[in-house]
Amino acid sequence: MFFLKVNKMTVNYINGAEAVIKALEENGVEVIFGYPGGAVLPLYDALFENKKIKHILVRHEQAAVHAAEGYARSTGKVGCVLVTSGPGATNAITGLTDALMDSVPIICLSGQVPTHLIGTDAFQEADTTGISRPCTKHNYLVKDATQLCEIIHKSFLIASSGRPGPVLIDLPKDIQLSKVKYVNKNTKIKKHNNDNSSNIDESLINKVATLLLQAERPIIYGGGGVVNSGPEASKLLTELVNILDCPVTLTLMGLGCVPNTNKNFLGMLGMHGTYEANLSMHNCDVMLNVGARFDDRVTGRLNAFAPNSKKVHIDVDKSSINKVVSVDYGIVGDCKKVLSALVQEVKKLHNQKTIKSKTKWWSQINKWKEKDSLGFKQIGNNIKPQQAIKSLYEKTKNFDTYITTEVGQHQMWAAQYFGFSKPNHWMTSGGLGTMGYGLPSCVGVQIAHPESLVIDISGEASFLMNMQELSTIVQYKLPVKIFILNNEWMGMVRQWQELNHGSRYSESYTASLPDFVKLAESFGITGLRVDNINNLDTTINEMINIKGPVIADIRVEKEENCFPMIPSGAAHNEMILSSDDNQKDTSNEGLALV
Amino acid sequence: MSVYQKNEVKEDETSRTLSLVVDNQPGTLARVIGLFSGRGYNIESLTVTEIDKIRSLSRISLVTRGTSMTIEQIKSQLLRIVPVHIVRDLTLEGPFIKSELALVKLVVKGANRVEALRIAETFRARTLDVTLSSFVFELTGKPSKLDAFIDLMRSLGDTEISRTGVSAISRGNKTETKLLDQI
Ligand SMILES: Cc1cc2nc3c(=O)[nH]c(=O)nc-3n(C[C@H](O)[C@H](O)[C@H](O)COP(=O)(O)OP(=O)(O)OC[C@H]3O[C@@H](n4cnc5c(N)ncnc54)[C@H](O)[C@@H]3O)c2cc1C
Ligand SMILES: Cc1ncc(C[n+]2csc(CCOP(=O)(O)OP(=O)(O)O)c2C)c(N)n1
Repeated sequence: MFFLKVNKMTVNYINGAEAVIKALEENGVEVIFGYPGGAVLPLYDALFENKKIKHILVRHEQAAVHAAEGYARSTGKVGCVLVTSGPGATNAITGLTDALMDSVPIICLSGQVPTHLIGTDAFQEADTTGISRPCTKHNYLVKDATQLCEIIHKSFLIASSGRPGPVLIDLPKDIQLSKVKYVNKNTKIKKHNNDNSSNIDESLINKVATLLLQAERPIIYGGGGVVNSGPEASKLLTELVNILDCPVTLTLMGLGCVPNTNKNFLGMLGMHGTYEANLSMHNCDVMLNVGARFDDRVTGRLNAFAPNSKKVHIDVDKSSINKVVSVDYGIVGDCKKVLSALVQEVKKLHNQKTIKSKTKWWSQINKWKEKDSLGFKQIGNNIKPQQAIKSLYEKTKNFDTYITTEVGQHQMWAAQYFGFSKPNHWMTSGGLGTMGYGLPSCVGVQIAHPESLVIDISGEASFLMNMQELSTIVQYKLPVKIFILNNEWMGMVRQWQELNHGSRYSESYTASLPDFVKLAESFGITGLRVDNINNLDTTINEMINIKGPVIADIRVEKEENCFPMIPSGAAHNEMILSSDDNQKDTSNEGLALV
Repeated sequence: MSVYQKNEVKEDETSRTLSLVVDNQPGTLARVIGLFSGRGYNIESLTVTEIDKIRSLSRISLVTRGTSMTIEQIKSQLLRIVPVHIVRDLTLEGPFIKSELALVKLVVKGANRVEALRIAETFRARTLDVTLSSFVFELTGKPSKLDAFIDLMRSLGDTEISRTGVSAISRGNKTETKLLDQI
């Protein structure tokens, strides 16, 4: 070891803002979605000089977060957002909450008034860390410029490890302007206690593998955690399904992690899941939950949820296990890691033990399938929304297609009738159910996959919530397709009012709609409209073939309901398949549910 | 917590004492308290002070109530908070000591003054301040002992109470040093 005595050290000082951008670069950020303002001007200055990070100027900060979510979900990378102080930060809150609920890794940089003005009700001051505390996985207010770089590096680790989520970093303007010495990403930053890199308990894997092999009526129920864990996890899950020859169902967030074409795939489960998926859940003897969180949309009434089953739950987040449903075996760990151990163990035991025959189970399931719970009749010239999605799927299934959605009936029909053969190709707001998610989200997806076909399946009401993003789409020449199932109603609300509130359609009609074709034209993009089933396919083809962005106004049957459905407060085996089925009144407890 | 009713054998709620080691940073306590209010858990007592200046760590001693399933949830939810490093369930771990400090001001005249001093002596309370018409007593010990003392004082005159909340530690020779070194 030797020491050098340096009189005038030639340390390169840069300003805080430059350090932030450099740290983003070091963490692999290529795109940042943002909107400028006074408190982030130094950061925008640094971006101006930067050649590597592309800034996408959205038209509303909520949209910046959704775009970053679309980017993150479709790539597996961390999404990055930059907003100004005060209103910029508060506008981002819905997006951050959405990312927290759906486990999306996001870094949100927000500007803040200079440190000496914090607490004085300064211009555009908001207590951003206070407001965002419950809707972020973690947040920081940087008050000491020497910690700036380490905080950014650590934020990336927090956002992407364990159960992923959003991290907000609040950056006072004086910190952005102060001189700092850049600190490289330290290879040994303190890991935080919840990243669960711990080893998997082998005896537990053995017990679970044995349980699965000896089950007579097993079911695998996969969720968003499999997608989060990377494409390898999806392959392993499919392999496990194939070895066991057991039925598999996926949550809304998990769609795509077992290909829709797999013969053992029963479709989505839950409130609008298929009859066979829900009844298999209800009647199974062993349930394996992989990366799903027993959401109330999925379980239905808890005291009647899969009553005679042994339950196994794989989740990276210990707090997910036994949160709503008590399970017999909880395995804390990353899906990929646990699945690979489990597949190996199952293969090993498979040679020694014989798998229980599932012929009876499958013949029972096939009987449930005969109900054809997704069946509908396309009669007359009006377009059934289900048919619109089915045709869209048929016409696009040979492309590398990414689907985003808004929230409502169209979202459920997309989940039911569009087939997903790969993970990361389906972006939807599940946990928070944020109308206005789909359009900005497809901006992020298209930025990440410039050559792919990106479609926002939308409802007319949801579309209006973030339609300012059309301007972003035009600016960056993003060839996204906006497929609006226009029923002139907030359809999902109208459906609940019909089923639960005596058809009193209080404030659920979407009055004063714009002419979507003219709206498109006013932005210089193509608008298409179709209201006759005979022209549906041509319109879809036209939409796909147009090089640039398109708004397709698909006028569908106005009062179509989304079935099958587990009414609120009911159990899996109390599904209704059509309006005529809705004999029983919803219970009082059910009425209180969301 | 879901709004759907659960099908569980009704299990009694019990009181649990948790001991946390957290980063002494702005926002940490807010996150801990926000977790309890946001998810509808109970806090019966909470104390927090720095315990390690060099590493800038604080201890939070926390008394909560719930069924064992709820308590397990609380513990794993607490561990999700980034600046929370250690969560120990002292009630579950074995014998532990719970202690609290109370400052009790009593405004009292005449014969009751002697009575107050006698009770204070029995409880081994220290007298920190005396005027012709008042006392301030300091008492440490189990919360139940403090409750009893305060009740008696209240019957003697006008009182003002300040309590620290429970501070807790396990009995025996085991320490957290190893765990702390991993932080
Ligand atoms: C109008 C509407 C209707 C809906 N109807 C339905 C419906 O019928 N059916 C349905 O399924 N959903 C429905 N949803 C969605 C529902 O609200 C939930 O968002 C969804 O069911 C949750 O999916 P999930 O359980 O897969 O969990 P996610 O929210 O995706 O959570 C993932 C889980 O996996 C864990 N995890 C994350 N990463 C990993 C990893 N690497 N390894 C291991 N575990 C990991 C997380 O800790 C978490 O517990 C609906 C939503 C809306 C808006
Ligand atoms: C931001 C937001 N506000 C309100 C709701 C409640 N909500 C759920 S679905 C829905 C109606 C959606 O209507 P539309 O976008 O036209 O879709 P449709 O159901 O008709 O397919 C509403 C208002 C929500 N999910 N998000």
